[in-house]
Amino acid sequence: MGRVFSGAVLAFLSPLAAAQNQVNMSPGVTEIGADIFELHMLIMWICVVIGVAVFAVMFYSIYAHRKSKGHQASQFHESTKVEVAWTVVPFLILIAMAVPATSTLLEVYDNDEAELDILITGYQWKWKYEYLLESGEPVAFFSNLATSQEEIYNTDKKGDNYLLEVDEPLVIPTNTKVRFLVTANDVIHSWWVPEIAVKRDAIPGFINEAWTRVPEEGIYRGQCTELCGAYHGFMPVEVHAVSRDEFDAWMAAKRGAAAAQTQLAMQTLSVDDLMDQGKAVYDSACLACHGAQGQGGIGNAIAGSAVVMGDLSNHMAVVAKGVSGTAMQAFGGQLNDVEMAAVLTYQRNAFGNNTGDVVQPGDVNGMKNG
Amino acid sequence: MGEHHHGPAQGISRWLFTTNHKDIGTMYLWFSFAMFLLGGFFAMVIRAELFQPGMQLVEPGFFNQMTTLHGLVMVFGAIMPSFVGLANWLIPMMIGAPDMALPRMNNWSFWILPPAFLMLASTLFMEGGAPAFGWTFYAPLSTTYAAPSVTFFIFAIHILGVSSIMGSINIIATVMNMRAPGMTYMKMPLFVWTWLITAFLLVAVMPVLAGAVTMMLMDIHFGTSFFSAAGGGDPVLFQHIFWFFGHPEVYIIILPAFGVVSQIIPAFSRKPLFGYASMVYATASIAFLSFIVWAHHMYTVGMPIAGELFFMYATMLIAVPTGVKVFNWISTMWRGALSFETPMLFCIGFLILFTLGGFTGLMLSIAPADFQYHDTYFVVAHFHYVMVAGAVFSMTAAVYYWLPKWCGRMYNEAMGKTHFWISFIGFNITFFPQHFVGLAGMPRRIPDYALQFADFNMMSSIGAFIYGASQLLFLYNVIATVLAGKPVSDEKVWDGAEGLEWTVPTPAPYHTFEEPPAVPKPAGTI
Repeated sequence: MGRVFSGAVLAFLSPLAAAQNQVNMSPGVTEIGADIFELHMLIMWICVVIGVAVFAVMFYSIYAHRKSKGHQASQFHESTKVEVAWTVVPFLILIAMAVPATSTLLEVYDNDEAELDILITGYQWKWKYEYLLESGEPVAFFSNLATSQEEIYNTDKKGDNYLLEVDEPLVIPTNTKVRFLVTANDVIHSWWVPEIAVKRDAIPGFINEAWTRVPEEGIYRGQCTELCGAYHGFMPVEVHAVSRDEFDAWMAAKRGAAAAQTQLAMQTLSVDDLMDQGKAVYDSACLACHGAQGQGGIGNAIAGSAVVMGDLSNHMAVVAKGVSGTAMQAFGGQLNDVEMAAVLTYQRNAFGNNTGDVVQPGDVNGMKNG
Repeated sequence: MGEHHHGPAQGISRWLFTTNHKDIGTMYLWFSFAMFLLGGFFAMVIRAELFQPGMQLVEPGFFNQMTTLHGLVMVFGAIMPSFVGLANWLIPMMIGAPDMALPRMNNWSFWILPPAFLMLASTLFMEGGAPAFGWTFYAPLSTTYAAPSVTFFIFAIHILGVSSIMGSINIIATVMNMRAPGMTYMKMPLFVWTWLITAFLLVAVMPVLAGAVTMMLMDIHFGTSFFSAAGGGDPVLFQHIFWFFGHPEVYIIILPAFGVVSQIIPAFSRKPLFGYASMVYATASIAFLSFIVWAHHMYTVGMPIAGELFFMYATMLIAVPTGVKVFNWISTMWRGALSFETPMLFCIGFLILFTLGGFTGLMLSIAPADFQYHDTYFVVAHFHYVMVAGAVFSMTAAVYYWLPKWCGRMYNEAMGKTHFWISFIGFNITFFPQHFVGLAGMPRRIPDYALQFADFNMMSSIGAFIYGASQLLFLYNVIATVLAGKPVSDEKVWDGAEGLEWTVPTPAPYHTFEEPPAVPKPAGTI
């Protein structure tokens, strides 16, 4: 109770004292961000000036023209001159606002001549980033919320970047025009990073364009800004802007890892490897709904499940295609063959399911194509 | 036909079968107040969860049900029916008509509302929970990905639409046909004018909403793909249709509020409205513009730049007629003889806060800046300044202003003023900080938030509890007035009040203007 009270007192005082209570838009780090910020401030100050003038007249009237002071009401009404003036003057002010607004909008829409294209796909409730490269191994990965359930449900202390941290951030090079192609897999999402002034709706079946050129290295955070279901508040965006060299090194490492996965998919993996990797996939993709012990929750129990312990191809179909009309989403596009094989193996052997079935990446590939 | 002809029927049948505009108006007003409390309760759940970062009271899915139902109940259950109730009570008395033109339809348009809201509220207890896709119900979240209760939601929206359309047709028919001799259009009180224009808006756009939910129903149950790209449809189409309804809808909410304020400010300034004709033209201009600005809700969906520019310019233009209105109200107060009874206080509160909401609206109309504002708490702050401080404050002013005429008893002025000050302060503590968190980057419709937003959210929640509690004082004041308020018998309860409704006895008898009155002077003169 004492904490809540002091919090309440702080809430009233801190806007004056504490710096972390940001009260205005941030100009961010990009040129467009700065332009938008200037435009925002310009319009705001125009509104403030008009507001002060209008309210000054009103408050003077409230002060001076009171009946209680014996003020007699005059009975004037209508004046064409005044009425024309207060129609025309605001119109002229609006034209003055429209000029910078139009030029900034044209900048926002200038998607040409990008040096790097990244396809961003919104999923319930994570982002997928795919670097559209002209050659070599494709680089694509999912970016999930990294904040723990314990922090969200108040059993652990919340970290500094609570709800704004991901397991794998988007990495972009600085001083490079990066074009984002934004779409979604299920419902509409919206990809927003305030500091680089990019917000674009991610719409299933459509691809929207946006762009940025980040001059400074740094970590920029944002969130999904279109209601997309229960965990809409839990799909942050984290962008790391790094130097060109660092980016190239990161890209090479990513490609190496992707190539290794492709290699792996052609091999026969040991049960231990499958179980280890399967647990990792389960914990990131399944656990939130099906429980840490496979006991179920939002989703059905995995332990003792007829689907999991029954026909393998049906089991994989459920995982890959989801169950329409339920919270069970389709993971087919999110897991590669190795991950799919691992998680199937894990589900069929963990939590006392002990079927002894081992699913190899080759089996997954076979079922997909057959 | 005996002596009972002039009085109401006895018992419950009076209310079930009544065709009397005053009875129906009363039922609308009480129903809307009940919905206001229900929607307010949902808001309290939202603010309680957002009191601190982290999930405390409810689960994220349930939080979304609360935001959705809060919006739906407030827009369709509280604000719209409250103004229809006001129209029922006042329009016949203002134009010298004995009743509404279509009294049986009037009964029906009210009585289908409670079952519709009962059905909507019952979705809370259904498997999968209530609708959780926001009051804007964007597809495909509201179709393919919705809980089964969405079908009940669609049916409820259909019924509300039917009710609104019937109510509007009735208002149009009444105003066009039932005016007393001499009551020309340009003599009608502004409240009647704003409602006439609002009724046309409703008749124009409620069928569009009905179309949208019918397409959803088809997508959900009959295998069509209006809003699914996979089947050749378009999720953005939904937003165009929704906002083609939705933008006029916000003017449907605010125009009658303008009408109320245009009645009350002259009364307590003891001075005619400054520019009656320009107010009528400004209202009509706003109504026209409301049809060509809808996509300013959709600046981030990826429209072509030409569309983006058109909707930006058209939206900015709305500032002109809205400015004309504000200037008119202030010129009306200028050199009047002002007094500050509760209705006037709420109107001045309206004037200040609605104007602030108008300024943020102008900021939001600037498309490039909207890329930063869109779907943040800045928007939430903006529309609560226009919806709550606009529509709800003016509705509250209307109740205090006309209540003595309705029931022949005076409300407690000290309690009314207390209600105003607590509301005004509570409202601003709630919503002003939301501008800050929105600009700082907090998205709307999230059940939990990053730590830098914590202080302002706590402040906002405290303000919301204060504002919410002050409405119970309002409820108490109204009930106490109706049951045991100080009797008033002056026909003109307020010395500055003008209009035909103030020429009938107080309290207004069950039937008024069975003989058409003489219409002495144009509205807007004394």
